[in-house]
Amino acid sequence: MAEEFVNIEINGKPVKARKGEMIIRVTDANGEYIPRFCYHDKLPVAANCRMCLVEVEKAPKPMPACATPVMEGMKVFTRSPKAIGAQRAVMEFLLINHPLDCPICDQGGECELQDLSLGFGRDYSRFHERKRSVPDENLGPLIATDMTRCIHCTRCIRFTEDIAGIQELGMIGRGEQMKVRRYIESTVDHELSGNVIDLCPVGALVSKPYRFTARAWEMNAVPLVSPHDGAGSNLYGHVLRGRLMRVVPRQNETINEVWIADRDRFSYEAIYSPERLERPMVREGGQWVETDWETALARAAEGLRARAASLGVLASPSSTIEELYLAGRIARGLDSANIDCRLRQGDFCDQAADPRFPNLGMRIADVDSLQGLLVIGSNLRREVPILAHRVRKAARAGAKVALVNPTVFPYHFPVTEYLESAPSAQVADLAAILGAAAQLSGKSAPTYLMPAVQAATIGPQHRAVAAALANGEKRAVWLGALALRHPRYAELRALAAAIAQVTGASFGVLAEGANAAGAYLAGAVPHREAGGKAAATCGLTAGEMLGKALRSYLLLGTEPWLDAREDTRRTLAQAEFVVAVTPFASDALREIAHVLLPAGTFAETSGTYVNLEGVWQSQTGAAAPVGEARPAWKILRVLGNLLDLAGFEYLSSDAIRDELAGLCGASTAYSAPGYTGSHPVTAAGAVAAVVDIPMYQIDGLVRRAPSLQKTREGRTSAVTY
Amino acid sequence: MSNDNPAAGAGGTQLLSEQTRREIDHWVAKFPPGRQRSACIAALRAAQEQNHGHLTKALMDAVAEYLSLAPIQVYEVASFYSMFETHPCGRHHVSICTNISCMLNGADQLVAHAERKLGIKLDESTPDGRIFLKDEHECLAACNGAPMMMVDHVFHEHLTPEKLDQILDELK
Repeated sequence: MAEEFVNIEINGKPVKARKGEMIIRVTDANGEYIPRFCYHDKLPVAANCRMCLVEVEKAPKPMPACATPVMEGMKVFTRSPKAIGAQRAVMEFLLINHPLDCPICDQGGECELQDLSLGFGRDYSRFHERKRSVPDENLGPLIATDMTRCIHCTRCIRFTEDIAGIQELGMIGRGEQMKVRRYIESTVDHELSGNVIDLCPVGALVSKPYRFTARAWEMNAVPLVSPHDGAGSNLYGHVLRGRLMRVVPRQNETINEVWIADRDRFSYEAIYSPERLERPMVREGGQWVETDWETALARAAEGLRARAASLGVLASPSSTIEELYLAGRIARGLDSANIDCRLRQGDFCDQAADPRFPNLGMRIADVDSLQGLLVIGSNLRREVPILAHRVRKAARAGAKVALVNPTVFPYHFPVTEYLESAPSAQVADLAAILGAAAQLSGKSAPTYLMPAVQAATIGPQHRAVAAALANGEKRAVWLGALALRHPRYAELRALAAAIAQVTGASFGVLAEGANAAGAYLAGAVPHREAGGKAAATCGLTAGEMLGKALRSYLLLGTEPWLDAREDTRRTLAQAEFVVAVTPFASDALREIAHVLLPAGTFAETSGTYVNLEGVWQSQTGAAAPVGEARPAWKILRVLGNLLDLAGFEYLSSDAIRDELAGLCGASTAYSAPGYTGSHPVTAAGAVAAVVDIPMYQIDGLVRRAPSLQKTREGRTSAVTY
Repeated sequence: MSNDNPAAGAGGTQLLSEQTRREIDHWVAKFPPGRQRSACIAALRAAQEQNHGHLTKALMDAVAEYLSLAPIQVYEVASFYSMFETHPCGRHHVSICTNISCMLNGADQLVAHAERKLGIKLDESTPDGRIFLKDEHECLAACNGAPMMMVDHVFHEHLTPEKLDQILDELK
């Protein structure tokens, strides 16, 4: 359908605009600013603040620009006396009940009301009556409220209703008594709830952990990348004298739009956790003693070299690609290919058929326009909240979404089909779905899967799931973390890929960690070398390294007893020598390690993350490292030098990235298909147990962020299916 | 509309009487399918009538569940309109208009008189549950008969303290 355009005039300037578009969008696109409070680009129009009133020729009254569609020949005046007069009058009304407490308000300095009252407000108030006060709401441990400051723009209400999909906030009462209220007896505990802090144009909703700690104008904004999931949400770290004070979203329409998950926003608290390791430490006899870097590094190098024949390197999949690359080079430099990031993966037997790196099989931005989606083994809202939001957008636009999970995870969108499938039944259920999909499409399943398909009993639910993928241009099949943790992952993947193939859908794997894709390209998995090439000698997988004790381990930013499938402390305790490059030193780590090297967290190091669509995103360090902590890439570089490995003379993380990028070649985008193997399905496999880990337990940062731990999600425990 | 909302349905629709449901169904039928939210006011009015003049949280939840709305959407409506009472109140709703025309014709004295006579303030009910003196009411569009008041949806115009006494005394 061709778009229709109309000709309008803004302040005398002729402009072409899409038919039916609201005036404010046209003026925004043409650089004409109209003041506003309730209008937000990503939210439905409410037109209740009236701040955006403009003059429209032939209209008897000023019109709200956010709710007035353009028409052919329309003449809009945004700064005429009539428009300015209307805007000033609205401002006067808004300020009637707004407290004059800017000096003690957290929003001061970044307040839309403050800014606009400078431009449109009077310098004295004609209102001499009493101002009202409104009791505060308790919105939980993340959001602080000062409801007296609320100007009733309803952005928070529209956010929870339209973006989060929960109707918890509403406008109670009218006129003078009107206030934003929460649905009684429930808290706001959505995974994206913190975004109302940014949306609130005044100081009514502010960040609870950040409150009263800094002023907007004192801080520097440093671009960062989320270290928690494979979306790679863009962030700004706000830094005051070297300390990261808070994290806010950085707009990126192709990834996170203007939103970030609560864990991206509040995990920074962990940087200043009491468990932070501030100085290098070595174990002398049974005692931990603080030492200098030279001693600790020399001890680490010596111990690792002596036991190089039996060395395992375990790295967090949320390390930067530079760290992962150097860790891989150290492991292989010591003739050990035992390096892995896939700590929770349940099954490695078909890993040779992995794609170049685990990926979504599509662009994140295209998720919105999917028409059919099958998600297998994923608690999507926990795993990748930003993707779950985009899936919700697609579902609201009519996409058919089918889910195959051990239980029904609640989604705030219409789900076409929920197939509850216990881990022990998942292989059979996927085979049945494949059978149903093959019948529906008229294509046949791959021959190596035929026995499984023929053995499967196809029920109405399987047909319904397959039907969700039957129509539409853009369709996808995704495997989530619960599938990756499944002991028969290889079979699940072969079946899921076959479902994608017969239905013509794209195929993606939501691997865990912010750099799961980067780990493959960096050679931080046993079967891939740097550049994503198949390894000449394949080392031990994480499962093997943690199954039977090796003599020595190098741990990079991970606590394998929490980050792996099970409590691996006993295995690691048997090792003769364990070096941990880590921001945090817990009691558990002190029990198994021999050398502790304090590393910077994501905000204290420069580095690069590769997200699930293969986009490389580099950042500089934002905060000054705590204590004597150093960026992990520097620690690994010196360790490489001390181990006499060649080519460890990097002067910057950029040099490491550029070297790796050279090895990866020109294109690192994802490429279809996501699976080229031919793994058969065996008749019966191991009895499966799959653990669903709560959102705020997935990595060392979120586990140590006190505010996240206080939320309802933070207090839930992992569920084993 | 919001059938997928887990917050909906905390009340239990059995609170609504057979007659109330019929009334709600009658109004829902007037709107296109999926637009049952439009029947919210009518549904609340029926529920309030069933409960002799005021709404409870349980009743509002029941209306929300019956119409597949989030409870907050129903609270919004109930708390907005002055014809809905969300707290227990007397049987007879008495609203004395204090808007400009009535005010110029002595509405304030009438309010004072009624308060003195009944021993309650505006927005309060008599202890015997007979009369509820409604808080400020906006202009009821009967300025020609100012000062006026509305008692249980019936207008009384050209009021005097004596006339007020008589009307109030007749309320059982």
